[in-house]
Amino acid sequence: MNFHAIWAIYCHEIKRMLRTISQTIVSPVLSTTLYFIVFGAAIGSRISEVEGVPYGAFIVPGLIMSAIMSQSVANASFGIYFPRFTGTIYELLSAPLSSWEIVIGYVGGAATKSLIIASIILLTAFCFVELHILHPWWMLAFLLLSTIAFSLLGFIIGLWADNFEKLQVIPLLVITPLAFLGGSFYSLPMLSPLWQKISLFNPVVYLISGFRWSFYGQADVDLQLSLLVTCLFLLIGMGLVWWIFRTGYKLKN
Amino acid sequence: MSATEILSITSLHKHYGNSPQPALENVSLSIKAGEIFALLGPNGAGKTTLINIVTGIVTPTSGSIAVGGFDSVRDFRKTRQMIGLVPQELLVEAFETVWDTVRFSRRLFGKAPQDTYLEQILHDLSLWDKRHQPIRYLSGGMKRRLLIAKALAHEPRVLFLDEPSAGVDVELRRSMWDLVKRLRGEGVTIILTTHYLEEAEEMADRIGIINHGKLVMVEDKDSLMQRLGKKQVIFTLSSPLSVLPPALRDFTVELNSQGRQLIFSSDPSSTTKGISRFLQTLQAAQINFDDFESKNSSLEEIFIQLLRSS
Repeated sequence: MNFHAIWAIYCHEIKRMLRTISQTIVSPVLSTTLYFIVFGAAIGSRISEVEGVPYGAFIVPGLIMSAIMSQSVANASFGIYFPRFTGTIYELLSAPLSSWEIVIGYVGGAATKSLIIASIILLTAFCFVELHILHPWWMLAFLLLSTIAFSLLGFIIGLWADNFEKLQVIPLLVITPLAFLGGSFYSLPMLSPLWQKISLFNPVVYLISGFRWSFYGQADVDLQLSLLVTCLFLLIGMGLVWWIFRTGYKLKN
Repeated sequence: MSATEILSITSLHKHYGNSPQPALENVSLSIKAGEIFALLGPNGAGKTTLINIVTGIVTPTSGSIAVGGFDSVRDFRKTRQMIGLVPQELLVEAFETVWDTVRFSRRLFGKAPQDTYLEQILHDLSLWDKRHQPIRYLSGGMKRRLLIAKALAHEPRVLFLDEPSAGVDVELRRSMWDLVKRLRGEGVTIILTTHYLEEAEEMADRIGIINHGKLVMVEDKDSLMQRLGKKQVIFTLSSPLSVLPPALRDFTVELNSQGRQLIFSSDPSSTTKGISRFLQTLQAAQINFDDFESKNSSLEEIFIQLLRSS
């Protein structure tokens, strides 16, 4: 195992985050805080409790999950796409590195950024709403699994994309709608039976449901199913990365 | 593998997806430890593909590579640690500092940080003063030197220089040649591709010529130049000649510039008579000259000659 290289890539990514701190940290935290103010304080005060939880508090897990999904994808995809774009990837490809060491470095860096963002959003939420975390270890587990899974997805997008437009397509046209329709702002029983059934095809529902359970002990879907879908998501991502490196798809001619 | 062999390439073949022609065809090459090997060839001949395969950037269609006796697939960690690559293009991360990027390169190749060594490299390449500067502020020549520093950061035993002089001024080119010679003195094997044949002529111990993906020839530079090179002596005549005198027809000689110049060629591979005999013949035929100059054919002329024949 080339630990020096993993650490070098990880530090390289963290330094990139620090160089662009307003873009990587301040911007997502600010936009999520605005959601708290608009949906939590302004509109939320006129909405009754959702399954016994005040609306402002109810949306916190969904907002954190939405933020880490988009940020994990954005950071990991840009992290690997940028050296491809500039051509500096030659150094990674010629280094004594296995594909998994490259993945650990980049995905680790992106996941760390997302965890920092999630922590800041959580701390900000405490300023606006009254929060109780019933199962903090489960919360941490869901947070970790989700950041790693979506960072892997971002890494795959970064390898697949040929231009900056493609880099944005999946986060904007797939992840954002899935996050919004995945129960960030509502509970599934609030929908009609047909839409409840359709929502079950959205993998994000399981992530948000499991994450919300760790806060309030309530879930839209079974906890074990949530955990299973999260792990499945992670495994699919790992499988795709393994295939990309094995075949050299978009990496080696 | 012989005791002095550092790199062995056997039956390497590369065919890119839709291309009708192979980029490399059955290339086999052996590089001796500590030598400077120049790989020459026209654009698209396969030089960069060959380098990219050896350094692990491109996957070959078939064939095998051994570096320091280790297989480049099975023992890829060992072989890649032994190799440094300076790419043809200025591929650098604009927002990183000089110091961060050389430290990154060293660790990427599995070496623990050793700041004194990196400091020495940056001093050697006149980049120490720029160590805290973001790379985007460096000139093209400095970026080229930085790429060399990055390639040397993990102390490779084999250094690939892909067109090291492309786009650099004469002074920098000279200083790079000095650096390459110094590295060779320290035991580093250098493999370079270049369009500047003067560069290969100046530095290389051996020359390899590649064309249409095939290795046309590999030979010791001196013996190549001796074998295929020509020595010419150009005489400026006192009185012009209308035809070549019969006494000179035994020599490889021609009349030029309306009969004012007599060009004598000495071809080492032929059996034509030597310059001293030619001078005696001129004197006997009472052909006088005001001036003369001698000229050796350059590697460039030999290169063109070989490419035409291939």
